[in-house]
Amino acid sequence: MSAPVARYSTYPIQPGLPRDTSPGPEPAPARAEKVQIRDVSFFYGKYQALKGISLPLYDRRVTAFIGPSGCGKSTLLRILNRIYELYPNQTATGEVLVDGENILMPGLDLNLVRAKIGMVFQKPTPFPMSIYDNIAFGIRLYRKLPKSELDDRVESALRRAALWDEVSSKLRGSGLGLSGGQQQRLCIARAIAVEPEVLLLDEPASALDPISTQRIEELIAELKSDYCIALVTHNMQQAARSSDYTAFLYLGELAEFDETERIFTHPRVKRTEDYITGRFG
Amino acid sequence: MPVYARRRAVNLVVTGLSVLATGFGLLWLVLVLATLIVNGLPAITPTLFLANTPPPGSSGGLANAIFGSLIMTAIATAVGTPAGILAGTYLAEYGRSARLAEVVRFVNDVLLSAPSIIIGLFVYQAMVVPMGHFSAWAGAMALAIIVIPVVVRTTEDMLSLVPTALREAAVALGAPKWKVIVLVAYRAAVQGMLTGVMLAVARIAGETAPLLFTALNDQFWSADLDRPMANLPVVIFQFAMSPYGDWQRLAWGGALLITAAILCLNIAARLFAAWSSFKR
Repeated sequence: MSAPVARYSTYPIQPGLPRDTSPGPEPAPARAEKVQIRDVSFFYGKYQALKGISLPLYDRRVTAFIGPSGCGKSTLLRILNRIYELYPNQTATGEVLVDGENILMPGLDLNLVRAKIGMVFQKPTPFPMSIYDNIAFGIRLYRKLPKSELDDRVESALRRAALWDEVSSKLRGSGLGLSGGQQQRLCIARAIAVEPEVLLLDEPASALDPISTQRIEELIAELKSDYCIALVTHNMQQAARSSDYTAFLYLGELAEFDETERIFTHPRVKRTEDYITGRFG
Repeated sequence: MPVYARRRAVNLVVTGLSVLATGFGLLWLVLVLATLIVNGLPAITPTLFLANTPPPGSSGGLANAIFGSLIMTAIATAVGTPAGILAGTYLAEYGRSARLAEVVRFVNDVLLSAPSIIIGLFVYQAMVVPMGHFSAWAGAMALAIIVIPVVVRTTEDMLSLVPTALREAAVALGAPKWKVIVLVAYRAAVQGMLTGVMLAVARIAGETAPLLFTALNDQFWSADLDRPMANLPVVIFQFAMSPYGDWQRLAWGGALLITAAILCLNIAARLFAAWSSFKR
């Protein structure tokens, strides 16, 4: 019982929180803008859920979207791979440039867009098939590989998701037989097996226990070296621990966007401060 | 305190009534099964499976009727299942709330509850009259029409139970819609869908009315689908109504056979469902 308490007290929301990157501002050349969100608005039918959001997502950095429930943070994430288009009456306007190409443009091959932009959901979503097939599913969508090569890709994805040691002996077992935390890492492994460039994580740890959450956060820290990551979270501490940049959304508007350290130490907007210190939300 | 005493009394009375009602419902089931077993069991002999239906006054079996029932049920299932699964898939995956889907769903529900004799009459008019004779094909088609709405319904229901998150996860990997359906949604729903098919088979195995107008009957062994064909329900109907003791005995045997087969199929469906959910 004492473990989670101790864990949280190690990561206070206060100035000078420990970071694994250099403490000062990032050197300018490292901040390649992988994704540029430009004046994006979103509508559920007539209801406008997002109002003219503009912000960059930097390559090899984690950007957290925080804000109270209903502020539009998940909605913003769901625009980035156009998954909202599964549902009628949902429309987005504005531009989302990935490597300079506007992915909101009509007529794009959405499957190719989604191959480049992986997503992990709040609840673990293993497919009802073996662990191996869960990972191979995405790979098989794009390439027909010989068995040995496919085996290698599956293994490397599972290794990178820090799951290999736990499942290597039961790859043919059902993915549904894993624990919640393992299932979520399986989903992350499945997403990175496709070799995307951007990873969208929609509250990836909110359905997990503290230990599993910690593993997911460690995983995010590792994956950061290869991907541009957008992380939606309800958990302030998680945003503070895991992200380099933080966007605070409020009532469908971008209230503030800055380096995470700055947002959590010297927010410029009063409402941001109120939210991160727990005065509302 | 009297309030509690009253509640306890009401509880007792209602529980008692519920038990009585359950007993009343089960009583008939037990009586039906008991009658079937008492009258049918003596008729279950090797001859029943080996000899064809006899002329009045002599002994025989039900081999041709068993064969006819099996083959027509098999064809009806083979025709009705794919159509039902595809239609159910349309309703659950593509139609959802489209106008056409609503109409299809309504019509399907009507078909589901249509009296089977109407379906028999329809196939009689649509196939038997133009062809000029009764045939096993017509019988199989009438049964297929009964299979379709059952399978449509169970397929749609089972696919609707597949969590949206699972579909989104597959879409997010870049899977085209048909792959999401075939590789993910079907796999998640397969046990329910198969249970639906088995229930449909159980339903048509005992249908008499649609066959009276279509496959009719044949006293002899026939594997020609273009001719009338013997089948258990119609033979039971004919033999049970006859004044001949041998025929009546065979009818009881056939009735027990159908009941046992449907029971086995239902148990198999349940075992299959339990087994595949356990496997997860």
